[in-house]
Amino acid sequence: MSTYLIRRLSYMILILLAASFLIFSLYALTPGDFISGNIKLTPERKAELREIYGLSKPLMERYLTWMGNALHGDFGYSLAQQKPVLTIFNEYIWNSFLLAVVSTFLTWFIAVVIGVIAAYKQYSWFDTIVMLVIFGAMSIPSFFIGLFLIKIFAVDFHWLPPGGMTTTGSNATGWAYALEVIRHMTLPVAVMTLLGLGSLTRYFRSNMIDVLKQDYIRTARAKGLTERKVLFTHALRNALLPAITLVGFELPALFGGSLIIESIFNWPGIGQLYMKSFGLRDYPLLMGFTMFLAVLTVIGTLLSDILYRVADPRVKL
Amino acid sequence: MSLAKGELAGPGKAGAKAKAAAKSSLWSDSLRRLLKNKLAVFGFAVVVFMFAVCFLGPMFSPYADNKINMALMNKAPSAKHWLGNDALGRDVLTRVLQAGRISLTVGLASMVLSVLLGGLLGIIAGYYRGVADQIIMRVADLLLTIPSLPLLFIAGALLSEWKVPPDYRMYIVMIMLAIVGWPGLARMVRGQILSLREREFMQATTVLGLRSRRKLFNHLFPNLVPLLIVIATLNIGGAILSESVLSFFGLGVTPPTPTWGNMIDAANNMIDFEKRPWLWIPPGLSIFVTVVAINIFGDGLRDVLDPKKGR
Amino acid sequence: MKDLLHIEQLKTHFSTEAGTVRAVDGVSLHVRAGETVCIVGESGCGKSITAMSVMGLVEGPSGKVVGGAIEFDGRDLLAMKANELRTVRGNDIAMIFQEPMSSLNPVLKIGEQIVEPLMEHRKLSRKEARARAIDLITLVGISRPEQIMDSYPHELSGGMLQRVMIAIAVSCNPKLLIADEPTTALDVTIQAQILDLLRSLKDEGGMSILLITHDLGVVAEMADYVVVMYSGKVVEEGEVVELFNNPKHPYTQGLLKSKPIINQRKDTLYSIPGQVPNPLELTESCYFHDRCQHCMEICRTREPKLKDVGQGQKTACWLYEEEALAHV
Repeated sequence: MSTYLIRRLSYMILILLAASFLIFSLYALTPGDFISGNIKLTPERKAELREIYGLSKPLMERYLTWMGNALHGDFGYSLAQQKPVLTIFNEYIWNSFLLAVVSTFLTWFIAVVIGVIAAYKQYSWFDTIVMLVIFGAMSIPSFFIGLFLIKIFAVDFHWLPPGGMTTTGSNATGWAYALEVIRHMTLPVAVMTLLGLGSLTRYFRSNMIDVLKQDYIRTARAKGLTERKVLFTHALRNALLPAITLVGFELPALFGGSLIIESIFNWPGIGQLYMKSFGLRDYPLLMGFTMFLAVLTVIGTLLSDILYRVADPRVKL
Repeated sequence: MSLAKGELAGPGKAGAKAKAAAKSSLWSDSLRRLLKNKLAVFGFAVVVFMFAVCFLGPMFSPYADNKINMALMNKAPSAKHWLGNDALGRDVLTRVLQAGRISLTVGLASMVLSVLLGGLLGIIAGYYRGVADQIIMRVADLLLTIPSLPLLFIAGALLSEWKVPPDYRMYIVMIMLAIVGWPGLARMVRGQILSLREREFMQATTVLGLRSRRKLFNHLFPNLVPLLIVIATLNIGGAILSESVLSFFGLGVTPPTPTWGNMIDAANNMIDFEKRPWLWIPPGLSIFVTVVAINIFGDGLRDVLDPKKGR
Repeated sequence: MKDLLHIEQLKTHFSTEAGTVRAVDGVSLHVRAGETVCIVGESGCGKSITAMSVMGLVEGPSGKVVGGAIEFDGRDLLAMKANELRTVRGNDIAMIFQEPMSSLNPVLKIGEQIVEPLMEHRKLSRKEARARAIDLITLVGISRPEQIMDSYPHELSGGMLQRVMIAIAVSCNPKLLIADEPTTALDVTIQAQILDLLRSLKDEGGMSILLITHDLGVVAEMADYVVVMYSGKVVEEGEVVELFNNPKHPYTQGLLKSKPIINQRKDTLYSIPGQVPNPLELTESCYFHDRCQHCMEICRTREPKLKDVGQGQKTACWLYEEEALAHV
C-alpha cells in the first residue's frame, strides 16, 4: 500500500508540475494583458507597470517565480481586484460549493432511486420513459436550458428570480436571508441536477441490470428472501459499490464551480469569477483557478482509486 | 465423453448455423438487430433529416442570400417568415439551417479528427507498448488533468487576439475540440487493445507466428472497429455541444458565420432575450434535437456492436 | 410411498427473438420422501430449467411455465402467489448451484448469508441464528466456524464455498434439496467429499434430493432413480441399477458407452455422433433421430411416447412400440 501510494503521489506531482508549466505558458502566450487593456494609462506608465509586475521578464523566469511563490502558498495578487488570489477564492468558493453540494446530493439521490426502479422493471413503460428522459438530459446544451428556464420561470411567470444570489439592495438577515438564497438557488440547482442526472441514472440502471443477472441474486431468491431484501441488501450494495469511484471524480465539480451555469445565473461563485476575470485578462487569478482545478482533478482521481480499494473486500490494499 | 461440461441455463444457444456464418453476415446480422431497435432507427432518421434539411434546405429558401432588410427588422414569426426575422431583417429559419450546416460540419469533422488521432495513438500505445506507450499516455494524462473548458477558452481567446478571420475559425475550432477530445479516446482504445491481447485468439496469432502487421490489421483491428464506431457516433453529439458552448461565449465560431451556438448569443441581449425568443430558442432546440437523436442512435449501435456487452 | 414432489407434464417455454424455445416440454417426474432422483442430460436439455420451474425462479419475462402441474407435499406450487411460494423456497425446498464462487454475494460476509434464511423462515433472532449458523458450518465439515462466519466469499476455496452453500441450503431442514450440478465446478478430489457430505446429510435428515448432473459417475454414486432428458423431454427413466445394466433408449445406451471404464482402455472412446438439435427447428419427431443408429422412418415424423418396458423402467422410443413395428 505505501509503495503504491508513494508511486502514485510522485506521479501526481510530476503531472501537476508539467500541467502548471503548460497552463502558465498558455496564459503567457495569450496576447493582451490587464495593463494593455486599460486605456487610461500612458505607454510610459504601462511599461513601468509591466516592470513592476515582472511581465517583461522571460517566460521561464516568470514561471519559476510563480511556482516558487505558489509552493509557499502564495498564488499571486489579482490585478483587477488588488487582493491576493487566495483571499478572493475564499470569498467565492463557498457560494459555488453551496450550489454544487445541493445539486450533487439531489442528482445522486434521484439517480439511484430511478436507476434502481428502472432496472428492476426493465422493459416496462416506466423504464422506457426513464431511458428517454436520460437521453434528453444528456443532450441538453447547459447554457440553453439555463436561459430557457429563466425565460419561463423568471421572465414570463415571475415565479423565481432570474439570477444572482440575493435580491439587489436586499439586506435581509436570518431566515429571510436563507429563504432568499434558496429562491435564487432553485433554478441553477435544478439545471445542474438535470444535467448530471442523465449519465448517472443510466450508470446506476445498467449496473443494477448487470447485478440482477448475477448468480448470487438467484441464490438470494432461492433462499426465499423477500424481494425487498434481495433488492436492497443483495443487489443494491453490489450496484453502488463501483459508484464509489465516481465520488472522487465529483471533487472538481464540488469545489471548482460551474463556469457556464454560474455565468448564466449570475451566481457569485468561482466559475463566474473566472469568466469575468477572463474578460479582464487577470492572469494571476486565471492561473490560480486553472491550477486549482487541475489539483482537484488529480486528487479526485487518487481518492477514487483509494475509495474503491477500501470499499471492495475483494481488492486488497 | 460427449457431454459438454458446464451447463448454462437458458435457451438461445447458437446452433451449428451460426458457426458457419461468414464474416460479412456478422455485419448484416448486426444491421438486422439494429433495425429491430425502433428507437435507434428513429434516432438515425432524425439525424439524417437534420443533415438533409440543413444542407439542402437553404437551397429552397428565398431568403438564402441573407440580404439585410431593415423593414423586416426583428419581426415576429409570420406566414412568410416562419421563425421571424433577426436584427438585420434576415430570415431566422434560413439562418438556423445555415448555422446547422456549420455546427454539424464542425461536429462531424472534429469527431473524425479526434477518432483518427485518439484511435491511432491508442493503437500505437496499446499495441507497441514501450516508450511510445509511455509518452502517449503521459501526454494524455497531462491533458486530462487540465480542465478542458478553460483550455478551450484560452484557445478561443488566442484566436480572437490573433484576429483569425471568421471563415477560418471554424476549422481551428475543429482542431481545438479534437485536441481536447483525443486523450479520453486513446485511453479507451488502448484499454480495449490490452484486453484483446490477452484473449485466446490473439495469443493464437502469436503462436502461429504471424507477422506483426498482419496481426494488427487482420486480427486486432476488426475487433476494434465496433468500439470505434460507437465512440465516434456518440462523439459527434459531444462535439456539437462543445462547439455551441464556445460559440455562445464568443470564443468559437463568430459571426457573420452562423452556428447554433452563436445564434443563441442573441439571448445575451436583454430585450432579445425577453421579448424575441424566436431569435434564440430555435437554434437551441435544434442542438437539443440533433444531439438527442445522435445519442439514441449511438446507444442503439452500442447495444448491437459493443464487444463488452456480448450477445 | 407418497410422492414428495410430483411434476406432471411440465412445460416451460422461452420466447426469444428467433422464436419460442420449448426448453421443458412435457416433463413428468416424481421424487419420494428420502429418495435421491437424478436428472441426466447434455447442456441445454432442460434439466436446470425443470429445477428452476419447481423453485418458481424461471427468468421472466421471456421464460414462463406454460403448462403442467407441480405438486409439493400435497400443495400446488404453480397456483401459489409469489409471497406464498417464497415461504416454501429455502424453507421446504432448498437449492444449491453449480458455481459456488459466483453463487455467494461477494460483498456480504459468509455468516450474514447463512443467518438470512434462518431469520426469514424460522424467525430466529440474530443471536440465535448466529449460533445455529456456527453449528451448521461445523456440520458441513468446516473447522474454525467462527472465523469462517466473518470471512468474505473470495477468501475461501470453491470446495469450502460449496460446503457453505450446502449449510445455507440445509439450514431450515428442507424436505427437498435440489442440487444443480453441485460438483461440476470443483476439483475431482473435492467432488467426492461434497457428494459424501450430501449423502450423509440426506441420511441424517431424511430429506429427498433432486440431483441434476451430466456426470454418470455422480449418478452411479448417488441416485436411487434416474431420469434421462433430451431436448426438453424425458427419454428414459428407471431404477439406477436397472437403467445402468439394461439401458433401453439408444441415447442412454450411447451415454453409458461413452463413459470411460477404469482398467478397460480402448483405442477410441465412443462418442454419440452429431449434435443436439437446434431447439428452434424442432418438428414432430423423435428429437434424437438424427444421431440414432436405429433410426426408422417413423422416428422422423412422429414423437414416441414414454412407455413402460418392465422392471419399473420407461422409455420413449419407437423400437419398443408395436405400432412402429407395424409400420415397417
